[in-house]
Amino acid sequence: MNREGNTYTIVYAAVMVIIVAVLLAFTAESLKSRQNQNAEIDKKTQLLRSIRISSNADNADNLYNQNITDSYLVNTNGERVDGDAFAVDQEFDKEMRKPMEERTLPVYEASVEGSKKYILPLYGSGLWGPIWGYVALDEDKSTIYGATFGHKGETPGLGAEIDTKWFQEEFYDKKISRDGKFTSVAVLKAGQTRTDMDYVDGISGGTITSQGVDEMLKHSLEQYKAFLGLQ
Amino acid sequence: MSLLSSRNRKVLVDPLSKSNPVIILVLGICSALAVTAKLEPALVMSISVIVVVAFSNVIVSLLRNTIPARIRIIVQLVVVATLVTIVNEVLKAFAYDVSKQLSVFVGLIITNCILMGRLEAFALGNKPWPAFIDGIGNGLGYGIILVIVGFFRELLGSGTLFDYQIIPSSFYEAGYENNGLMILPPMALIVVACIIWVHRIMNKDLQEDNN
Amino acid sequence: MENLINIFVKSVFIDNMVFAYFLGMCSYLAVSKTVKTAMGLGIAVTFVLLVTLPINYLLENYILKPGALAWAGESFAELDFSFLSFIIFIAVIASIVQLVEMVVEKYSPALYDSLGIFLPLIAVNCAILGGSLFMQEKNFLNIGEATSYALGSGIGWLLAILGLAAIREKLQYSNVPGPLKGLGITFIITGLMGIAFMSFLGIKL
Repeated sequence: MNREGNTYTIVYAAVMVIIVAVLLAFTAESLKSRQNQNAEIDKKTQLLRSIRISSNADNADNLYNQNITDSYLVNTNGERVDGDAFAVDQEFDKEMRKPMEERTLPVYEASVEGSKKYILPLYGSGLWGPIWGYVALDEDKSTIYGATFGHKGETPGLGAEIDTKWFQEEFYDKKISRDGKFTSVAVLKAGQTRTDMDYVDGISGGTITSQGVDEMLKHSLEQYKAFLGLQ
Repeated sequence: MSLLSSRNRKVLVDPLSKSNPVIILVLGICSALAVTAKLEPALVMSISVIVVVAFSNVIVSLLRNTIPARIRIIVQLVVVATLVTIVNEVLKAFAYDVSKQLSVFVGLIITNCILMGRLEAFALGNKPWPAFIDGIGNGLGYGIILVIVGFFRELLGSGTLFDYQIIPSSFYEAGYENNGLMILPPMALIVVACIIWVHRIMNKDLQEDNN
Repeated sequence: MENLINIFVKSVFIDNMVFAYFLGMCSYLAVSKTVKTAMGLGIAVTFVLLVTLPINYLLENYILKPGALAWAGESFAELDFSFLSFIIFIAVIASIVQLVEMVVEKYSPALYDSLGIFLPLIAVNCAILGGSLFMQEKNFLNIGEATSYALGSGIGWLLAILGLAAIREKLQYSNVPGPLKGLGITFIITGLMGIAFMSFLGIKL
């Protein structure tokens, strides 16, 4: 058989493409449920961390079902709209880039020791890439009960500290509003203070990531103003 | 051992030092250095590359007498891309955290020059078994460099190895500080340069004449 | 528009393919001995990025992504071909490179003489595939953003290789320690250039 002939080449390529496609489709299909599960559990673990519950891959599902009581979408006017909050949340970065009035925003409700918490997702950018997180608010829709942050590739030891406990605990009991006006919570250089809004200390050496968290809080929470009943 | 004839042993051992793909042949640096800020992703990356090089070498070697010359490169790329996709899917399913850290760099194994280099230079002209050994050898040669770089960067940059604190806290109390610079990408290159330096002091014959 | 410029500047200076992600290093180190060849390769890389990235963007968003086939009808909306993305991307890149080579050879022999030898190298240049994979990761909103990213990444790469080639030409007059000659010193220079580029970090546009 002539190895350099056109027919041979075309048949060869075609057979190869079919084999490869079948092989890949098979692998993808058989691993898919596991992958989706991983992604889902990852989100749930983060959600739970914002209400001060630590979980692992084994119990995240259970704890989520026990603690998260409701999830829904709202628009920027604070009205509920149809849709799956969890699905929108998984692509929250896309939502954040739509024009303000088209966005649908996920809200989770949790009950912790009998009191209701609202969990809101955050999305912004740090030094190297995207950062994200969740803020859990008390029933007054202003006091932060817990917060959690994640990042894609912030500098380890510096900006990457935002996903550590000490940084996240700083946010406990801070308020995102003053007298019904939305203020957000500022992330300042250690040592600086502010009187017009609550603040936490940023990470020394991770200035830009800290600023990123500051802006992420402001921009992400601002969208929920109407829902939270703030100005 | 009959499986490892002296020739095969040479094929396996040479890439570890004398013809190391990274520091001598300058192959495969692209996808390597960005994942070495910590030891764990460096290790996972090395294992992934070893697997992909070894198996793509075998597959291409098996096919070597059937591949039409005109679409040779594409066939090789398809074999590699398939294997990389499988590795990527497996990582996503069984090592989710690491796969998040490696992100696009798993995909970039496809264009890792070691792969194309070995396929062209070795697999196309050799039987499957030596090709497999050659793949393992080159994968290991690549992995060694990655792990060394990852080791130094994590130890000096974060004071940890595999995320366990190695440098005792008494050091920090005595005024020791982690070297933040080590974690930044450019230091990976400088660490590799130091490895090359040491390696070439030991192997004088490898030194280059001009700049 | 502002957004496009933002992405462009960011991908040239901040997310520089070479200094921040080490992409395209193989040819970067091999072809940076003289400014002239470096320029040729840089332009070829920019050009191929500029062609392949938008194509891959369209493929990604209208065929491969979960739900991307919704335009073809309700029954296709559920399909997810994302497992094919590596293969499709590399196939597109390899065939575009081949195509470009043929077109350039036929219509502009002069250009072919200066660019031609680099084109085959480019199919396996990590910067090209890297561009497509980052595009997938970054979720660009429209093709304009993707194109601007492609142009920026290409020019960033060109800038890096030109800089290195210029430094290496001057390096001939320096007395480098024996074991560091050639490869070693090139790595160190690239590292130092990377540190210099890091001063662009954190520029908020």
